[in-house]
Amino acid sequence: MTVGGKLGERVRDLLPIVAVAVVVLVSWEVVLGALGVKQFLLPRPSVIAAALVSEWGTLVEGLRYTAIEAVGGLAIGSVIALTVAFATARWVLARETLVPVAIAANSMPIIAFAPITNNWFGTESPASRMTIVAVMVFFPIMVNTVRGLTNVDPSAIELMDSYAASEWQTLRRLRAPNALPYILTAFKVATTLSVIGAVIGEYFGGPRQALGIYITGEATLFRFANAWAAIVLACALGIALYLMVAVAERVLLPWHASGGRTDGPER
Amino acid sequence: MTEPGSQPTSQPAVVDIRGVGKTFGRGSTGLVALQEIDLTIRPGEFISLIGPSGCGKSTLLRLIGDLTSPTVGTVTVNGKPARQARLNREYGMVFQAPVLMDWRSVQRNVELPLEIMGTDRPERERRARAMLDLVELGDFAKAYPWQLSGGMQQRVAIARALVFDPKLILMDEPFGALDEMTRERLNLELMRVWRQTGTTIVFVTHSIPEAVFLSTRVVVMSARPGRISRVVDVDLPQPRTVETRELDRYFEHVTTVREALRRHEGSGEPDDRDIAAIRAEGLA
Repeated sequence: MTVGGKLGERVRDLLPIVAVAVVVLVSWEVVLGALGVKQFLLPRPSVIAAALVSEWGTLVEGLRYTAIEAVGGLAIGSVIALTVAFATARWVLARETLVPVAIAANSMPIIAFAPITNNWFGTESPASRMTIVAVMVFFPIMVNTVRGLTNVDPSAIELMDSYAASEWQTLRRLRAPNALPYILTAFKVATTLSVIGAVIGEYFGGPRQALGIYITGEATLFRFANAWAAIVLACALGIALYLMVAVAERVLLPWHASGGRTDGPER
Repeated sequence: MTEPGSQPTSQPAVVDIRGVGKTFGRGSTGLVALQEIDLTIRPGEFISLIGPSGCGKSTLLRLIGDLTSPTVGTVTVNGKPARQARLNREYGMVFQAPVLMDWRSVQRNVELPLEIMGTDRPERERRARAMLDLVELGDFAKAYPWQLSGGMQQRVAIARALVFDPKLILMDEPFGALDEMTRERLNLELMRVWRQTGTTIVFVTHSIPEAVFLSTRVVVMSARPGRISRVVDVDLPQPRTVETRELDRYFEHVTTVREALRRHEGSGEPDDRDIAAIRAEGLA
């Protein structure tokens, strides 16, 4: 198949999505206009777009700040989660002690810790939100990675044993590649969570330019179109991070890319 | 290369099993999987282990490969304890499922054992290619496992087992999940590979015709506890071909194995009427 053919196919795949988006936006615009819904309840898309343009400078600065919090927290949380996961897969004792702790940690409403992390690092410090994001993304990444590392065909383990493979060789050539699809699935969840964690964390305080602070501030001043514009950018950030993982998946899992297999880790 | 099908007597044993028993669990709740197993396998032999479910034939195969340990008795492979033979990488293993790694191409799957053993890359590639040619999959070296049919995947698994040139291949119902036509074709192919490589093969199967067609000896096992009930010498001419399955001798051996399996099934010895019925079925 030619590249042009593939591109054409991709455009055809995207067409229904674009069509649905256009229909939703147009009917949103038309219906709200016809019903005369008040701007502060739900602004029309054209009003939000106008706010995006007029507030662009402030919004981009906020987006930059919040993105650093989200990505920083994601990086810290995922490094810790992967480290713990590989340790638990390697040492049964670690699995028996750390996994229950992780499950308990996940059942906590982590966002409730925002005032406390603010107390630790200061409201102005991005470290407050990074900590929240790190804790939020830790659990899905750790649990999925442990599953990927341990949910290995027993015959494949016997095969490696029949070669007298070392534990390291089995990890590198069997367990880790087996875990990769699970890890990438976890990252898809974690990227979305990281933006939620950062923005909601900012609702409890943060520097003036942060996106969450901007949203609450504009809402208080009844400038809802501006708040909506900021929400649109936060969504865009989440989608952009998600798409990066999707691209990484295509590059790292060439044996999945052709769509020949549909089974894999749970989403 | 060992002359296949010959009955070597003076050569040292490839596998020597002495007084082996295997119990899963302990005490009165323990399940006796194998009891009082004695078996000697000579170089170049093709041995099939056949028996009802639960007779411990797969366990016996795993004992030879040191993938599990006997409760009593000793397993010797190439004159060493089975464990040492495994650490020396002296056997290749083929399972019922192909157990190929999804993320590796066919070629890289076949290279896997060589990679673990530290063979350098050019040598690895050369030998994997030669093995793929042997199982007639040279054109599929770059394909991924999911692009192949079940029979082709199992041929890749056989190439992978042969690639480091082990003198012993252990096969656990390798064709059990395949349709009858594919199975018969792979049986012929396995015979060719066995002749060309001269390796010793221990083969677990549920299929009586398959066991008789492939083997120089068929080890018939009975269940609860798993024991060897009879060893049938299969003196069919080599090389085994499509015509082998049409020989009278072939049917006689199939009947012999089937009767040996029947005799140890259920509670007691069959009476004369049972034997007559078995004969009639065997001739049909």
